[in-house]
Amino acid sequence: MMKKREYQQIDPQALVTSRPTPPSRPLPEQKAKQVRRKWEVFRGKNRFYCDGRIIVGRQSGVLPLTLGLILVTSGLFFIFDCPFLVKHLTGFIPAIGGVLFVFVIISLLHTSFTDPGILPRATPEEAADIEKQIDNPDGSSSSYRPPPRTKEIVINQQVVKLKYCFTCKIFRPPRTSHCSLCDNCVERFDHHCPWVGNCVGKRNYRFFYTFIVSLSLLTAFIFGCVTTHLALRSQGGNGLVFALQESPASALELVVCFFSVWSILGLSGFHTYLIAANLTTNEDIKGSFSAKSGNEDVGNPYSYNSIIKNCCSVLCGPMPPSLIDRRGFVPSDDSVQTSPVETELPAAKNDINMCTEGTKGLLETASRSPLLTSSCPQAKPQAVLSVLDPLPEFSSSPASHPPKVTGGRPSSNPPHKHHSHHRSNGKHAISHSHNPANKSSSPRPLQSYKGHKDSKNKDVKFKSVH
Amino acid sequence: MAETHSLQDLRQAAVASKVFVQRDYTSGTICRFQTKFPAELESRIDKQQFEETIQTLNNLYAEAEKLGGRSYLEGCLACLTAYTIFLCMETHYEKVLKKIAKYIQEQNEKIYAPLGLLLTDPIERGLRVLEITIFEDRSIGSR
Repeated sequence: MMKKREYQQIDPQALVTSRPTPPSRPLPEQKAKQVRRKWEVFRGKNRFYCDGRIIVGRQSGVLPLTLGLILVTSGLFFIFDCPFLVKHLTGFIPAIGGVLFVFVIISLLHTSFTDPGILPRATPEEAADIEKQIDNPDGSSSSYRPPPRTKEIVINQQVVKLKYCFTCKIFRPPRTSHCSLCDNCVERFDHHCPWVGNCVGKRNYRFFYTFIVSLSLLTAFIFGCVTTHLALRSQGGNGLVFALQESPASALELVVCFFSVWSILGLSGFHTYLIAANLTTNEDIKGSFSAKSGNEDVGNPYSYNSIIKNCCSVLCGPMPPSLIDRRGFVPSDDSVQTSPVETELPAAKNDINMCTEGTKGLLETASRSPLLTSSCPQAKPQAVLSVLDPLPEFSSSPASHPPKVTGGRPSSNPPHKHHSHHRSNGKHAISHSHNPANKSSSPRPLQSYKGHKDSKNKDVKFKSVH
Repeated sequence: MAETHSLQDLRQAAVASKVFVQRDYTSGTICRFQTKFPAELESRIDKQQFEETIQTLNNLYAEAEKLGGRSYLEGCLACLTAYTIFLCMETHYEKVLKKIAKYIQEQNEKIYAPLGLLLTDPIERGLRVLEITIFEDRSIGSR
C-alpha cells in the first residue's frame, strides 16, 4: 500500500523527464541499421564469411582436418616422392598429381562454401495463409496440438507426401528435407557431411561428387606412386626397410592412402549408383522408393529411367541460383508488411525487436561474437575468392548482432539422422557419420582418421552396384 | 479508367490482403506455379489474363531448367574448369531469371498496377510462391 503511494508520487515526474528522450533515440539508430544485408538476419544456423559471399554449416568441424590431411599428404608426396620418380620415371607424375590436387581442393572448397539449396523460411503472411488453408478443411479441431501436417500430391502417377516443416513454416517441396544441424530446409537434400562441414544438396551435389571422385583418384594415384617409389628404391638390393628409412614420409603417405582409398572409392561408387538412379542418400537410406514386399507400385518418380539422362541431369544440369540472396539488402520499408514480433527477413524495422526475439539466438550471439569477428581473417578461401572488408557491421553494432548468423551450441554432438551414411544391410556401408570418438581425439588427426577408417574396414566392403 | 494506379501510387496505398499462388509439383521438382484462379482476384482481374501471366512465367522457368544441349555444355565446361567458371560467368538460369524479373515488372506496370495489384517476383520468396498484393481500391471504376 505504501509502496503504491510512493510510486504514484514519482510517476508524473518520471514521465515528464523521460518523454522527450525516447523518440529521438531510436531514430538515428534505426537509420544507421537500415542498411543490412540479408545474411546478417538469416535464421538458420549457418555462418557467413566475407560479407555473405561464403556460407558454411554450423560447425566447420572436421573440414580443417580434411583439408589438413589432403594438404599434408599431397605436400609430402610432391616434396619427397616426386623428385625420385621424375628422375627414374617421367615428369608427368607431378603434373597429373598437381591437376588432381587442384581439382580436389577447388571442389572441396566449392562444396563447403556453396549454399546447398537452402529454402528461405516463409514470410509471416505466407505462413498465415498456409495455416488458413490447413485449418479450413479440418473443421473443428479441439486439440491444441496440431496433427502432423502432410499434403499428398501425385507426381508421375505416384503419390508423394509433402510434409509441413514447423520450423520453416512451409510445406516442403518434394525431395526437400530439413537439416537439424543447419536448421534449414535444403532442396534435394542428400546428407549433412561433417568432412566438408556443410549439407550436400541440390546446388552443391555436383561439387561433392567431383570432390570424392577426384579425391579417390588422387589417393589411388599417390598410393600407386609411393608403392612404385619404394619398390624402385628397394630394388637396389638394399631391401624395403632401407628404402623406408631413406624416405620415411612415404611410409606415412602409404598408411593414409591405404586406409582412405577403400572408403573414398567406395563412397564414390555409392554415389555413382545414386546418380544413375537419380536418388539421394536420404531417400536411399529411408527406402522411400525401394520395392518393399507387396508394394510394387513404388518406384522413383523423379528418375528419367535412363542412366545417361539421370547422370546428365544431376551433374550437368542447369545450376540453380541461391534462393537465400545472402548479399541482398534487407528492405527498409515495412509499411507494406504487418509482421508480428517474431520477425522474418523483410521487416527491418524490427531490428531492435529481433534482439529480444529469440532467446536462443541471443545466447548464441553472445557466446559466439568474439569468435565470429576473428574468423573472417582466418577463412582460407580468401586466397580463392576476392576478399572484402571483413564484417564492419559486426564490430559497429554489437548490441544488435544478428542472432541467427552464428553457430549453435558448441558442446552438442548428437548423432543426427541426416548425418549417417551408414547402412547395416548387405549394401555398401560407408560410415559417413561423425563419430563422437573421433571428435574427442581430434588433436591427433592421424589417429582419429585411422580410427574412423578402421570402423569402415569392419563394414561390409563395397559390392558391385546393383 | 477514371483513375489508374501507377506503381508509385501503390506504395502509398494500403494493403488489403495478399494472395499466394503455390507451386505445382505434379510434374516433379521443376518450378511451376498453379494456374488455378484465386477467388480473391475474381473482382479485380480477368481470369484469362491471369492465367496467361502464370503460363508465361511457367514457360520461362521451364526454359531456365531445361535439360538440353546448352545446359549440358555449360555443365561439362564447368566441370572441366573445376567449377571456377561459375565465379566469372553468369549461368543460363540467372539470365532467364533476369528475363523473368523484367517480365514481371512489365506486367505490373501495364496490367496489374492499374488494377491495384502487385506481383512479387517469386525469387524473392525463394521460388515457393507467387505473391500477389491486393491494394485497397480507392478509385471509382478502375477498369
